Amino acid sequence: MAARDDAFGWLYISPLMLVLLPFFVAPILVVFAASFMQSDGFGGIIASPTLQNYVDIFSSGLTLNLYYETVKFTLLTWLFSLIIGFWVAYFLVFHIRSPLLAIGLFLLCTVPFWTSNIIRMISWIPLLGKEGLINMALIKIGFIHEPLEFLLFSGFSVVVAYVHQLTIFMIVPIFNSMGRIDKRVVEAALDAGASRFDIMRYIILPLSKNGIALGTIFVVSIVMGDFFVIKVMSGGGSASVVGALYEDVGVLQYPTAAASAVVLTILVTLIVTAILRTVDVRKEITR
Amino acid sequence: MSKTPDSTGKPAGNVDTKSRAGAKKGASRRSFLKAGGALLGGAAGAGAITGFPTIWAQEIKDIELRHVGVSYSVVKAIGDQASKDLGFKVTMQNLDTSAAINRFITQPDSVDIADVEGWQSKLATKRGVLQGIEVKKIKEFDSILPIFTKGELEGHKIPRQGISPYEAMYISKPTDTELHEGVTDYMTFLPQVYNADSIGYRPDLVGHEVTEWKELIDPKFKGKAAILDVPAIGIMDAALCFESAGLITYGNKGNMTKKEIDFTCDKLIELKKSGHFRATWTTFDQSVQLMAAGEVIIQSMWSPAVAAVRVKEIPCIYAPVNVKNGKEGYRGWCNGMALMKHLSGKKLDAAYEYLNWYLSGWQGAFVSRYGYYSPVPSTAKKYMTETEWAYWYEGKPAPGPISDPYGVPMEKAGTVRDGGSFVKRVTNISCWNTLMDEAAYMNKRWNDFKVA
Repeated sequence: MAARDDAFGWLYISPLMLVLLPFFVAPILVVFAASFMQSDGFGGIIASPTLQNYVDIFSSGLTLNLYYETVKFTLLTWLFSLIIGFWVAYFLVFHIRSPLLAIGLFLLCTVPFWTSNIIRMISWIPLLGKEGLINMALIKIGFIHEPLEFLLFSGFSVVVAYVHQLTIFMIVPIFNSMGRIDKRVVEAALDAGASRFDIMRYIILPLSKNGIALGTIFVVSIVMGDFFVIKVMSGGGSASVVGALYEDVGVLQYPTAAASAVVLTILVTLIVTAILRTVDVRKEITR
Repeated sequence: MSKTPDSTGKPAGNVDTKSRAGAKKGASRRSFLKAGGALLGGAAGAGAITGFPTIWAQEIKDIELRHVGVSYSVVKAIGDQASKDLGFKVTMQNLDTSAAINRFITQPDSVDIADVEGWQSKLATKRGVLQGIEVKKIKEFDSILPIFTKGELEGHKIPRQGISPYEAMYISKPTDTELHEGVTDYMTFLPQVYNADSIGYRPDLVGHEVTEWKELIDPKFKGKAAILDVPAIGIMDAALCFESAGLITYGNKGNMTKKEIDFTCDKLIELKKSGHFRATWTTFDQSVQLMAAGEVIIQSMWSPAVAAVRVKEIPCIYAPVNVKNGKEGYRGWCNGMALMKHLSGKKLDAAYEYLNWYLSGWQGAFVSRYGYYSPVPSTAKKYMTETEWAYWYEGKPAPGPISDPYGVPMEKAGTVRDGGSFVKRVTNISCWNTLMDEAAYMNKRWNDFKVA
């Protein structure tokens, strides 16, 4: 019987494996192998194993700076998208009495995401620029005399664009978690004399934990793996781990790019693993 | 669309939306073309290619050529016209500079005609993904300007800082992986479009004429300047600035030593930390936006981008940075077409037809209308009006209004092209786009600048 169960088990996962092995595992292995090779400077790879690529990465101040910038943007984006996402979900679940209306408003949240990421990002430029809407408005009402330059091509504009793009990834799982909280628990707490703050602290936050963790995984892995938003919204004034790696590919330095990719992949995997230790995703999905 | 930015997108404009404006003009041009095309067909029939035109026409209609390269060089409107004139299908595919060279050397079979710069042709030749172009099959070869056959123009030696097209153009045997100095029977690539790049600025806000690169790093433009962020080219623009300001003299701006790279990048970091750069840009559109939205008033720029700003009725000048005292000068670039190794038989014949079509004039005239040059101006001239020729090539006041390739009015009568005539601009090129020996190191230092 056990053998038969095993066979069925393999059969069940085989479609997924058919996709994952050739399109995920194999490329990763190629990148991993390439990271131990040398470049001939003309796009060729010399197949003599070396650790030099990794030595270079770990001994370079540039790596530290790149990770500092990338992690900084990741944390800021995570913080703001969490705050906004949490309150939007909270409002939808606990303040909209009609479930139909709540679902409707929830869908409304997704409307901006029907357009391309790039469009949504670029639309901020005419708004935030020196001669943009915000600066012009502030000058007209006499609030400022010189345009605020930090609004665009700065860390600020990068975070604005990321938060705008990624908050939905927080709203959805948190909304999902909160929706499952039994309202009677909240009522019981109220009856027992708990303050709103206590309800938030002892009931809603702990029971939304899984949603927050899932949202965090989305936001962190997307920001860590992105380079385009940083490049455009910082006006090229800042760089990211992936941006630097892409420049390496541009001059055909495949082995160094591969090594950077491996290091980043391991780091993001560690972060995601750490998050997963705090939640049971399987429970979250099947419950 | 992928998320990859088009790092060197100098588009020639939008074909579809603007074609109506140019319809009337286009019609007369088309009828002219038909005559030209017939002539061309006749000439080809008499030439080296056998079977042309009757059997040819039947056999070639299923052929499709994939011409792959950057957007400012591989232009859909040109491919469409070629398809119409030649009877087989040409598909234009655009990639940014780094994606393009990566595709040529890692997936050579997915490309038929690779659109390469001199340095890319050097790389691709080294990797053995190209086949030599037989010089005797290029009909207009003898009319190609001496820039490309002798490395000179009107007696003026074309400088060799960076990789000038001339030195990357020839190989002695069709399968050679090393370049050959001087004309041989085989070419690595056939030049099709080139220009001389400099600085764009807002005359109304800068307040005086700019003729030197050092203006770009002048502290008085703090927070109002921008520089190109394609490392290989950006660093040369920076080098031109620092040399112009007398901070350093480079042995070869196009192939710096580690020490020179360090100096240049450290200086850039210093400028960035002092808040000198409002931004850096990677695509054509970004540079236009920066200038038009008042974010910057001076930046390294490309010729059609300056035109695009002016079309918005915002004053913008393309600085004439003529060589003086061994400093300044334009940064030149040149794109050309290379044949991929896998081409053979009818497809190869079609590719030669296509190459020959490029030098026959229509394309030369087309790219001239946004400020680029043809390697065979003598054929391009036939497809240009006298007004256009006087303005774009002779540097004379335009006898009449000037329109872009899609018929959108660009300049009023009487305007003189910034930098003057073709000869004056091209002979003032002081270095060429390149890939340095220390490219990997330079890239790393450039990233230091980006993240500083």
